[in-house]
Amino acid sequence: MTKITYIEHNGKEHTIDVQNGLTVMEGAVQNDIPGIDADCGGSMACATCHVYVKDDWYDKLDEKSEGEDDMIDQAYEPKKNSRLSCQITVSDKIEGLIVHLPEKQV
Amino acid sequence: MIKTDALIIGAGPTGLFTAHQLKIIGLDCQIVDNLDKIGGQCIELYPDKPIYDIPAIPECTGEELTQNLIKQLEPFKIKFHLNERVDEVKKDKNNWEVKTSNGTKFITPNVIIAGGVGSFEPRKFSLKECEQFENKSIFYSVKNKKIFEGKIVTIFGGGDSALDWAVEISKTSKVNLIHRRDEFRGAKATVDKIHELAKSGKINLFTKYQISGAKGSSNLESVEITHENKEIKTFKTDYILGFFGLVMQLGPIANWGLNLNKKTIEVDTEKFETNQKGIYAVGDICTYPGKLKLILSGFHEGALAARACFKLARPNEKYRFEFTTSSKTIKNRLGVKSD
Repeated sequence: MTKITYIEHNGKEHTIDVQNGLTVMEGAVQNDIPGIDADCGGSMACATCHVYVKDDWYDKLDEKSEGEDDMIDQAYEPKKNSRLSCQITVSDKIEGLIVHLPEKQV
Repeated sequence: MIKTDALIIGAGPTGLFTAHQLKIIGLDCQIVDNLDKIGGQCIELYPDKPIYDIPAIPECTGEELTQNLIKQLEPFKIKFHLNERVDEVKKDKNNWEVKTSNGTKFITPNVIIAGGVGSFEPRKFSLKECEQFENKSIFYSVKNKKIFEGKIVTIFGGGDSALDWAVEISKTSKVNLIHRRDEFRGAKATVDKIHELAKSGKINLFTKYQISGAKGSSNLESVEITHENKEIKTFKTDYILGFFGLVMQLGPIANWGLNLNKKTIEVDTEKFETNQKGIYAVGDICTYPGKLKLILSGFHEGALAARACFKLARPNEKYRFEFTTSSKTIKNRLGVKSD
């Protein structure tokens, strides 16, 4: 289990234990955290699990997958620290990760 | 007013196979889809991505799957209404009256929603002030490129649509192309062409910029863009085009009085009927205990919903289960010779 903190656009924080091996997207969906739609179910075919990774965490994560930036182009208000949460796998390495959720996904 | 035994909303794999199942059991049907082509998410989101879990097909792409489903429907000459979104579904005694965005009207006892995650709509600028110029000076698709002739056109986006239109419109207009990063995701030849046009001054290229303002009174006059490092630029423009792909929205389905669970529709697992008699939901858009969002589940759900339609479309006949391998009636419908 790894602690991940999701911060909604309105500031509401959710810190939950997510099983290693799941993605940050799945952690949110399984725990009913509002703000992550994941319309395509994690196949990197939409951009509705878009999150902003808190600055110091951004460089610690594994590199973006091929094609991830192409999808982020189509996200709602992409920024420099944008990621698709379905492409971040949960492991001990990211214990304490903080992600901010955009105002909306679509 | 078009009369049909069943109306299918959505031309993705589930909608297509449901049509097959309806025709096999002798019902007619028509299909409406908001996209301009058949195939749904398979064509719009992952035409080239291989799928490995269609029974008996070890590997196929979204496009191949769609082509095969269309081929399977060939004997039936199904009528498709593309580029139309179903806006209204109203009860009319034992039937449903259905109206599309183009004004097409259907009367049918059965409506099967095979709508995936909803209808695809272009993603728009999140900037509030863009709304007042929408469909006047700000567009998310090009219907008539002639209006841009001799004008200044500012295009946002980094994919094929943005790049293709930048190349095309630069022939007759002054074009600014703006993208949020340096890399473009279009076809290599088009990307090369863009850089060539930028070099020769035919296109003004701004990368790592995003829109931050749009100003004007009745007509759009200028656009403001902001760089990653917060530097701001403002320039005159007559038109803005945004190409950020498509988003899926449940849309009008939310207003039809159906029991919804998040963005999905609750159904039973016998008929895949919703809380409204004669309205069914199949494929990704339906939910029930144990629901799997797989294409194969959509096929199963469509086959059962089709049988349920028979009761309402032919109230005085009894449905008889038959196999395609042995039924003469079905072979006639398929237009194949019986042994």
